Amino acid sequence: MALVEVDKATKRYGSLTVLNGLSLDIEAHQVVCLIGPSGCGKSTLLRCINRLETIQDGEIRLHGDRITGPGVDLDLLRREVGIVFQGYNLFPHMSVLENITLGPLKVLGMPRAEARDKAMSLLARIGLAHKAGEYPDRLSGGQQQRVAIVRALMMDPALLLLDEITSALDPELVSEVLDIVRDLARNGMTMVLATHEMGFAREVADKVCFLHAGVVHEEGPPSQIFGDPQDERTRAFLKSIIDAGRL
Amino acid sequence: MNKPAVMANRERADLWHARSKVRAHSVQTWASLSIATLTCVAVVLSAYSIARYAIAQGWDRLPVWIGAGVFMTVAVLVAASAARALQLSKHAQLARDVYDGRALGARASEQSWRAISYSGALVILCIFAWFMVVNDAAVSRTFFDVDLIARSAGTVLKAFGTNFFIFTVSAFLILIWALVIAIARTLPGKAGRPIRMLAIIYSDLFRGLPAIITIYLIGFGLPLTNLPILKDLSSSAYAIIALTLTYGAYTSEVYRAGIESIHPSQIAAARSLGLSYSKTMRYVIVPQAVRGIIPPLMNNCISLQKDTALVAIIGTIDAFNQSKIIASNNFNLSAVTTVAIIFILLTIPQARLVDRLIERDRNKRRSG
Repeated sequence: MALVEVDKATKRYGSLTVLNGLSLDIEAHQVVCLIGPSGCGKSTLLRCINRLETIQDGEIRLHGDRITGPGVDLDLLRREVGIVFQGYNLFPHMSVLENITLGPLKVLGMPRAEARDKAMSLLARIGLAHKAGEYPDRLSGGQQQRVAIVRALMMDPALLLLDEITSALDPELVSEVLDIVRDLARNGMTMVLATHEMGFAREVADKVCFLHAGVVHEEGPPSQIFGDPQDERTRAFLKSIIDAGRL
Repeated sequence: MNKPAVMANRERADLWHARSKVRAHSVQTWASLSIATLTCVAVVLSAYSIARYAIAQGWDRLPVWIGAGVFMTVAVLVAASAARALQLSKHAQLARDVYDGRALGARASEQSWRAISYSGALVILCIFAWFMVVNDAAVSRTFFDVDLIARSAGTVLKAFGTNFFIFTVSAFLILIWALVIAIARTLPGKAGRPIRMLAIIYSDLFRGLPAIITIYLIGFGLPLTNLPILKDLSSSAYAIIALTLTYGAYTSEVYRAGIESIHPSQIAAARSLGLSYSKTMRYVIVPQAVRGIIPPLMNNCISLQKDTALVAIIGTIDAFNQSKIIASNNFNLSAVTTVAIIFILLTIPQARLVDRLIERDRNKRRSG
């Protein structure tokens, strides 16, 4: 049984269909990369998996348990499924340490000292222990995004959703964030990335899915998708990426 | 994938299934049922006694009992819906299928919250109704003598024409005057400094002065100055001058906030095309600024309408002054209630419009 099973999910905004009966399995300890043109539904799919958005049709299961439909404990779901956003979304009125211990303290009821220790050891792992007392606006974009990843990790999620986490970063800051993701992948963290970093997807993904018009057009190991794409649209998409010099 | 990882995943799934039980919300539904029941009893008793009192005071039986009946019915329906929520919660507990149970639990929760909020509203209405009738209906008699309200309505409404006139003319003048001040305050560079300083002094001064004092000083002061023209204007004209000066200062701040909210990159882009400062303002900045400030402008506009009542202090026979005359002739404040009603009827639609505009603005920003 896969950790997450997306089963014919359909999401519409008014007359615009963003997900059109999309199905996708995410195995535990796998890294799944979603690629595709803007507006193909990558971000929406991520937001539907942790119920920031609600699908109108089909279902999504976590640990085999349906998490769409009424009466699902959303707070519990979001403890199990972490998300990191493109725009970091750190809380500007809290220091780094306060940002990352907020969830453990207020949701998990973790003792303050324990939360602090855990936070400091994670910060040390990403090389930001000396920034614990700083406020987010004093950090670079790359540092903020690393803190945002730690904030999600503090809750020990079973699944981490990464929504174009490097798209807002200056090129020279991208690698410091991707290094962390690579490190997490090596440690067996289950992750779904919506990404435009094709080189990184090729390196780190266990499975790459090409999304187009709200469905998975082609999925497979990166060697197949990038080396020998079968679908016409996948080929066109990759060609435009290569023409832009991004792969 | 190694073996410990698989185990960890299995444990994780088991933990999830253990935690992710059906939530029947039974405490919440019980609480909601008790609150709704108490409210129902309170509403029925209050409606009954207040209706009896009203009839004893000579009101028509039928409309009174219909009104009381409506309240009682609503209260009973709310209690019934709370009971239904409890029943749903019980079903949720007993549901064999976990998804059915969750759906029932969600409905129970939704319905019980609704019952609680309706009960709260009913209790507040009940307290208000008692406030009107206690002490032998002293409150209703003083403020809501329906007969006097009806008799004074015509006269007061006619006097309200003065308020309307003052409001319309000053609103028009304020819109222009405030834009002038705002542009003066945002003039750039060293050359603009003297004008900028004057504009700052002006808006500091008139935002600091209470409107009622400005009206008083201008209304009584200008006639005493013996200046040609200015000394023999009508009192409405003095009111218009005073309100324009006061509200011009406030409104110029609104315009300025709008102008300054446009990102400097817009100015950079416009100037890069070779547009002069004034053309940049005219074609790029002000059109964008005006869109964002319509809600705060409308707020100022509502505030201005209400403040036209301040002109009563310089003896203009506006609606408020007229109603005070009627009130003292009848030893009852209900005539003033008439003015209050007129102002409220005029401003509520505008307040709703402002809310709508703000909401639309927010949606645009969210989707954009």
